[in-house]
Amino acid sequence: MNKFTLHTGIAAPMDRANIDTDMIIPKQFLKSIKRSGFGKNLFDELRYLDEGLPDQECTGRPLNEDFVLNKARYQGTSILLARENFGCGSSREHAPWALEDFGIRSVIAPSFAEIFYNNCFKNGLLPIVLSDETVEQLFKEVAATEGYQLTVDLERQLVVTPAGEEIAFEIDEFRKHCLLNGLDDIGLTLQHADDIRAYEDKRKQQAPWLFGAIK
Amino acid sequence: MAGKTLYDKLFESHLVRQNEDGSSLIYIDRQVLHEVTSPQAFEGLRLAGRQPWRIDANIATPDHNVPTTERSAGVDQIADPVSRIQVKTLDSNCDEFGILEFKMNDQRQGIVHVMAPEQGAILPGVTAVCGDSHTATLGALGALAHGVGTSEVEHVLATQCLITKKMKNMLVRVDGELGIGVTPKDVVLHVIGVIGTAGGTGYAIEFGGDVFRNMSMEGRMTVCNMAIEAGARVGLVAVDQTTVDYVEGRAFAPKGAQWLQAVEAWKDLVSDTDAEFDEVVVINGAEIEPQVTWGTSPEMVVGVGDQVPNPANETDQVKIDGINRALQYMGLEADQKITDIKLDRVFIGSCTNSRIEDLRDAAKVVEGRKVAENIIQALVVPGSGLVKEQAEKEGLDKIFTDAGLEWREPGCSMCLAMNPDKLGNGEHCASTSNRNFEGRQGFGGRTHLVSPAMAAAAAVAGHFVDVRELIK
Repeated sequence: MNKFTLHTGIAAPMDRANIDTDMIIPKQFLKSIKRSGFGKNLFDELRYLDEGLPDQECTGRPLNEDFVLNKARYQGTSILLARENFGCGSSREHAPWALEDFGIRSVIAPSFAEIFYNNCFKNGLLPIVLSDETVEQLFKEVAATEGYQLTVDLERQLVVTPAGEEIAFEIDEFRKHCLLNGLDDIGLTLQHADDIRAYEDKRKQQAPWLFGAIK
Repeated sequence: MAGKTLYDKLFESHLVRQNEDGSSLIYIDRQVLHEVTSPQAFEGLRLAGRQPWRIDANIATPDHNVPTTERSAGVDQIADPVSRIQVKTLDSNCDEFGILEFKMNDQRQGIVHVMAPEQGAILPGVTAVCGDSHTATLGALGALAHGVGTSEVEHVLATQCLITKKMKNMLVRVDGELGIGVTPKDVVLHVIGVIGTAGGTGYAIEFGGDVFRNMSMEGRMTVCNMAIEAGARVGLVAVDQTTVDYVEGRAFAPKGAQWLQAVEAWKDLVSDTDAEFDEVVVINGAEIEPQVTWGTSPEMVVGVGDQVPNPANETDQVKIDGINRALQYMGLEADQKITDIKLDRVFIGSCTNSRIEDLRDAAKVVEGRKVAENIIQALVVPGSGLVKEQAEKEGLDKIFTDAGLEWREPGCSMCLAMNPDKLGNGEHCASTSNRNFEGRQGFGGRTHLVSPAMAAAAAVAGHFVDVRELIK
């Protein structure tokens, strides 16, 4: 997994609530058995005017010029600014895969849907929760200044604006640790294999019907 | 000390390890796998040289991509090459690792959340995950079940555990009795309308009160299924005699002495009377009307006798923008009557509403009637091969086809249109599925979520109609 430590990049405003994972990556692209290559279909139905097909070459497709990520000033965006309940709906991890593949490193919103939030951390993508007021302030600043960039400092848990304003954010210790070091959860959990076996032995005594039944 | 909620009990009884950083390692008794969210997890195991921790905790079936038309020639017959590869990949992964899979033409194949409880693979008191957000369905059995992403599918395959954090507890209590023609789907849509699409975020929702106590297991599954549409990863209903009766005799349920031992253990799977919930929502069941969603989020829902909302009545700008965008996408006018919404297609199916009871409800409405002329297609897609068989035994297939609906093979179908069943651009669909997001059922498609009875009524009327007028 990619590490996330310090990142500075162009921020783009996705000004709507409840952006769902169907919107982030429509279902026809979930047929891939790979983990990469989803970036060209990120926000496919918002980004292009035609209907996207799996394995289709996307250069040359008609672009929706009104869509924020298609605008010249937001080329190279790596930080998304969004409204409440970002990432709701389906559990598809293809959503963070698509964001990451497109070049997004962090999403800032007042709230996230849980499964999406969780999936981000497995993919080196940092979701940041800030208050409604702060998000509103950032929306205004982004709109006012072309080339507006934010810096995200995970170690210090700060979002830094171009004016130097430092905005603190919260994050679980465990998630922060994994992201800073690019750690693989499975390896960490297997360090506790003895605890898992001990629990499993106890479980076999309590609920023997759960063992050996499915075959 | 206050008593424990059902969620607390399930969580605590599966705790393997409490980590210093506040996260918890919990044991997962069951994982259900399907073709869309598992290939990268199996690939991850292979790349790391890992084996599944426990083979007998897993069960698999293809559902999202499978065609629902005649498919006796097998997987090679799947027309879409990418869908075909995905289904074949599940088959080969399960074969390679020795995981039990009900392949496409096995009669036990079906939508994961229909198949797993039907087989007794999910039992009261277990923890279960699946790479699908509607895994919440399984909480209807008093199991702690939720959707996970593909990295977590791999994590559970490799370790039989999940790193998680305890959720908060919410009780949604629906008291009293439901009116005639008002179904579990209407109850859960109404609940989502009340608490909002993010209202349950961070919570495990327990559904309590007379309405759920008197509800069948099928109905409870419909309700828990849509907990995620209120933001809650987990929906739960306490175990009672209805649960025990449902489980008894199923293929992977305990038998003999173990059955008696299990039933005894399951008696504790209720919230203590003095349990404290972080949030309690109380609704009067008698006031719930048949529901119809008008917009592009499940919280955009009203009673069938109501009108499409008017943004002029709102004050919050984000909300006003949301309503305007939804009206434009859906091609509707503010204040338009719900019963004036004309429909093009009808879909009866999905992990929310494709169980036998759902099909009976729909059949009752269409029996002796005909699908309206303006309806291009009305699909009935049973949730599993076994549901299909039962429905055919009862003659429901005949009722549907006589009325002009199509009777299909089991799968996810038009709920998310990964297979050939989809809406055309701009078409309105009365759908018994769970999400009305933009493009969900096909590019530019317009989804209205309803109960099976309401979908059936819409099929014969050609527009929304209060089903209570048809079943008087």
